[in-house]
Parts: sequence; structure tokens; C-alpha cells
Amino acid sequence: MALLVRNVCKVLSQATQKGAGVRTLHIGAVRHQDNFIEQQGKVKCTLIPGDGVGPELVLSVQNVFKAVNVPVEFEPYFLSEVNPTLSAPLEQVANSIALNQVCLKGILATPDHSHTGELQTLNMKLRRNLDLYSNVVHVKSLPGVKSRHQNVDCVIIREQTEGEYSALEHECVPGVVECLKIVTAVKSQRIAKFAFDYAVKNNRKKVTCVHKANIMKLGDGLFLQSCQEIAELYPKIQFETMIVDNCTMQMVSNPHQFDVMVMPNLYGNIVDNLASGLVGGAGVVAGASYSAECVVFEPGARHTYSEAVGKNVANPTAMLLCSVKLLNHVNLGRYAEQIRDALNRVLNDGKVRTKDLGGQSSTTEFTTAVINSLR
Amino acid sequence: MAAQWIRKAISPKLGRVRLYSSKVHKCTLIPGDGIGPEISAAVQKIFDAAKVPIEWDTVDVTPVRGPDGKFGIPQAAIDSVNRNKIGLKGPLMTPVGKGHRSLNLALRKEFNLYANVRPCRSLEGYKTLYDNVDVVTIRENTEGEYSGIEHEIVDGVVQSIKLITEDASRRVADFAFQYAQDNNRKKVTAVHKANIMRMSDGLFLRCCREAAGKFPSVKFEEKYLDTVCLNMVQDPSQYDVLVMPNLYGDILSDMCAGLVGGLGLTPSGNIGLNGALFESVHGTAPDIAGQDKANPTALLLSAVMMLKHMGLNEQGRIIEHAAYDTIKEAKYLTGDLGGTAKCSEYTDEICKRVASQIK
Repeated sequence: MALLVRNVCKVLSQATQKGAGVRTLHIGAVRHQDNFIEQQGKVKCTLIPGDGVGPELVLSVQNVFKAVNVPVEFEPYFLSEVNPTLSAPLEQVANSIALNQVCLKGILATPDHSHTGELQTLNMKLRRNLDLYSNVVHVKSLPGVKSRHQNVDCVIIREQTEGEYSALEHECVPGVVECLKIVTAVKSQRIAKFAFDYAVKNNRKKVTCVHKANIMKLGDGLFLQSCQEIAELYPKIQFETMIVDNCTMQMVSNPHQFDVMVMPNLYGNIVDNLASGLVGGAGVVAGASYSAECVVFEPGARHTYSEAVGKNVANPTAMLLCSVKLLNHVNLGRYAEQIRDALNRVLNDGKVRTKDLGGQSSTTEFTTAVINSLR
Repeated sequence: MAAQWIRKAISPKLGRVRLYSSKVHKCTLIPGDGIGPEISAAVQKIFDAAKVPIEWDTVDVTPVRGPDGKFGIPQAAIDSVNRNKIGLKGPLMTPVGKGHRSLNLALRKEFNLYANVRPCRSLEGYKTLYDNVDVVTIRENTEGEYSGIEHEIVDGVVQSIKLITEDASRRVADFAFQYAQDNNRKKVTAVHKANIMRMSDGLFLRCCREAAGKFPSVKFEEKYLDTVCLNMVQDPSQYDVLVMPNLYGDILSDMCAGLVGGLGLTPSGNIGLNGALFESVHGTAPDIAGQDKANPTALLLSAVMMLKHMGLNEQGRIIEHAAYDTIKEAKYLTGDLGGTAKCSEYTDEICKRVASQIK
């Protein structure tokens, strides 16, 4: 009953928000503080720890938040595909995200097959349910993190509701499987517009469309054409196109030529991981998925790192950077800056480093170091 | 074994002419466009220096109008490859515009080239950011995302079909393991995305697992495409032979080439049912064509792969080492490697080294 009342209240308060006409740009737009923070002065945020080392990393974030006394109240839901008995129902989680409009999410493991013969993964369902169409990963070299390339700074924008991740597959005759890749003009234009809007808002110079239209003439051709059409509307932003295999080759040899990149689903997955590898690996890159209404902050390279579960060795940097982005998004920039500075100090000192960055420290030691260098 | 014994016994009597094989192999050569003719000539020169028992059968593949009115490869070229079962090909220009099929694609279809093999090795003397790369990518070449089956369902909605068949997957998986075994490789990694494409990549993965069962001496592991991308740029030494469907292979093989210094240094071989075609995968570089500036390394290493494929391991080894040593010494490097040498100078240097070995 209480739950019902609460939900009704929330819906009502939402309605009044919308009624007031405060509908900001959804592209990383900072929400208006007065409307967003509820009466107790706390921001509500859905929390999905995810599989693998997710819970450990989320704990690290929570500890840091506690130390800074961040006015964020987490609404934790355990969502998992590999552990269906413990998992909260998808609808419940999706409703919570839709209501809170922000979410911090670990990585969900996606097994190679499901017992029920389901082709859609839980990740896909969540993205479809909330229409989280755009994934943004800002790959930037961090201070104090040694890698082969320095000063990498590019933004990878990925369409993530269609393309290869359609989950439409069938076996025509035994031994012959067809997998459909769906590309639509509407969604391609939407992601292209998002990319250009992002470029304008963040003072970026160039948008690169990554495709394979020389082979998939219709499918990727449509994506390319949509990007070209949108590009004409933004004459101040430079536009170029690149074939995906060439793009990966350029990425490993000269990543500095890239600025904002926009691409279909699978290529985004590839380039995200590749670029993350260039700046220090999956443990240090943050990302975010946007729909028109809500934002889900999650690490940029999606790995559950399940072999490290319980060993206390995972690097919480990516998750902490996600939380910094989250705080900026809900207009708690003061706290965000505090945490980011502390994190940068720890990384710069290089005394406390996790295994992936060549150190010996544990997750908790790293977290403590961050807390201790908060000012 | 016995044959080698006999040969050893009689070779002193034959003087300086050493017979590695009693038979002269015929081999089709498609010089290609742009810098193609120059680098093909360089390879021929080096092969002469190494006294490789190969007779070149040079053919032209400029498209001609066939009886059906479409432009295609001349029948003479097709016959030549079908007869010789082996070919070496320089870069080809794909004419822009409609009515032309990509010649590369046509050749692939014509000879049923089902597996693309690309060894990527860091070259000593040419420094890149990654110095311990030694991987071989094996790519399924006939189906997958490149099936070419696409259609527009309604306005603005396109569907492309990725086709995975058991036959083709098994064929390439078996080949990968056979290759690993023949070339003393330790491990085969199947690269897939079966967590997303559960049926199609699942089928590919299953075929790889079955093939792995037939080759117990080769280690087998399965990795997601994204994991491989992430790890490859951090620590490439953890991979050995990679086998994967078409698109992933296309992307990863180019990425690995990027790790070692670009397409100008990586050889490529296409293994088919009706023969094998070895090629350099770089462009035709029309801007430097005819200026004696091109780097023939990729085509030369492809030719070395060809020799190994034909069982002429000894000459292959000599030429390969001569090329590696020349690059390592860094005295005669072409412009793309940061040197100032001409293509002919680089070629002569390799010839010299080869000749000193062969005597």
C-alpha cells in the first residue's frame, strides 16, 4: 500500500514537472536543480550492481559517496541474466529508472545461450524497454595511467537499439542460420542528430561516421546516407566518413585524428573496446546510455571481469568516473569535482594502483586512497 | 626423407645447381594496377636470385565484356589459375561506378577462396608502439555479413542478412587447426559474438569446438570479439592463431596490420577449393606508381607464404630472412618505413642477401 502511495506521488510530481515545461535537452543536459531534488534534498538514483565484479565496484562508489556526504539516495536492484532466481523483474527495474531518470549500472553478463531459447539478452531488453538508443563513451587518457598512446581524446557514439543486435535469427534448414541486421532511417537519423548535437554542445570540431557501406550497400548505406543528410544541417562541424576496418587500423596507429565518432551497434562495441584498450583498459573508461528521458551510467567497455569476483582486485576507476558523470548530470557538480580531483590525485601519485595498471593494491585500498585524498 | 638423402648424395655432382624439387612449378601472376607491376617485378627478381623453381604465367585481369554483357575477369586468367592452382596477385583497383563487380570479390567467388590467412608479425628494425605481435588471423571468406543479401522492406527500413552455414564454418575451423598444426602454432582462438548472436555465431562456435576435438595437440579457447579487441591493443602476445567469421576477420586483420605498421608489411593468402591465391592487400597507390618508390614487402612476404604453401620451405625461409634482415639493418628502407631508398635498391639488397645464402 505504502509503495502504491509512493509511486502515485512520484508520478504526480513528475507530471507537475512536465507540466511546468521544464523539458531540457537530453544530451548531457544538466537538469534544473529545484525540480530535480526532491523535498528531502536527496536525488534518487536507481542502482544496478550487475554481474562479476560489479557489486564490489558499486560498493566502492557508495563508500566514496558516503565519505563526501553526497545527497544521492540509491535504489538498488539486482538485475542479472546468469542468476535469474535472484534477479528483480525487468519491468520493476525499468519503471524505477524511468521514474528516477538516472541510473548507475554495472555490467550484466550475457551468456552464449539461454535455457529458454531466448535470443534477446537482458541488456537488449532493458535498452529496448527504455529506448536507450545512444551510448556515449568518452575515451580520454588519464593522468598517471601508463599506456602506449598519450593524449587520446575521442568520443564514441553508438546506436544501440537496432543493427546486429536485433536478436532476429532463425535456422532455415539444419546447418544454415540467418541473422538479420536491421537498419532504419529514423533511428539512423536520430543517432546522427544526437552525435552532431553532442559535438556542438561540447565544442567538438569533427564527426566521423564509421560504416561498412562498401560491402553492406543497403544497410550501412542507409546509415551513411542518414549521417550525410544530418551533417548538412551542421555546416560548422566537419564531417568525414571512414570504413570500419580502416578505422580500427587508424585507431591503433594514430588515435589522435579522431574527435566524435558515430556508428551502428556492433562497430560501436568494437571501437569502444579498442579505444578503451588504448588508454588503460576496461577498468578506467566510463560511459553512458541516453534515451530521450533518462540516462544510464555504466562503464564504457563492457566486461564483467568474472574471473576476479571476490578477489578484491578490480579497478573501481571506471565506476567512480561514471558516478562523477552522474553527479554532474544531476547538477551536483561540486561533489563531482571533489571526487574527480581525489581520483586524479590518486592516479597521478601512482602509489596506489590496482593490478590492471601494474600495481598491487586491492579495490578497497584504492577506494580508501581516494577517500583519504578528498579535500 | 629418402628422397632428401638421395638428393644430398647426388647434389655435389650437379655442381652449383641445386635441385630442391625435380619439377618446375607453374604459377599465375597477376601484377595488378598502380604500383602492382613494379612490386611484382621486384618479387620476380628476388625469386630469380633465389633460384626458385617457378615459372611465372603472367595474366592480365582487366575486365572484359563477357558473353552475358557484364564486365568480368577474362577467361584466359581464370583458365590460368585453374590450371596452375596457385597464384600471386598485386593490388587491383576496383573501378568506381556501377556495372563492375569488385574484381577481388569475383576472384574469390571464382576460385572458392574460403579462408583468408594473414600473419602479422612485428618487424625488427621498424619500430611501432607494439613490439611483440605475432598473430595469424584466419577469416571465413565466403558468407557471414558479406553474404550480399539485403533488401529494403519498406521505405527507410533495411534488412541485411548474415548467413552462417555449418559447412563453411566447419571448413574454415578445420583449416585453422590444420594451419596451426602445420606451422607449429600453439593455440587457436575462436573469435565470436555468440552472446549477442546466439544462433549464428553459436553455430560457428560449435563448429570450432568440434574441430578442436580433432586436433588435441593444439590449444583451443573462445573469446568475445570485444574482449579480443580490448586485449589485442594492451597485450597482443597473448594471441596466436585467431579464427572468425567474415566481418570480424576483416576488422581484426586490418587492426593487427595497424599494430605492426600497416598493410604495406602484411602478407595475405586465400586458400580455396580450386587453388590458392596469395596477394598484397594494400592499395594501388596511384600517386607513387612508376616512381620506383613503392615498398614490395607485403607482396614479397605473400610470395613467401605461397612458397611455404607449395612445400618449397627452404627458399621461402631464405627469402623471408633476407627481407627481415634488410629491414632490420634499416639501411635500405623505402619511404613508407621512413627511409629514402628506392624500391629497386631495396630489392637489390634482398637479392644480394639471398644470393649469398643460396651458393
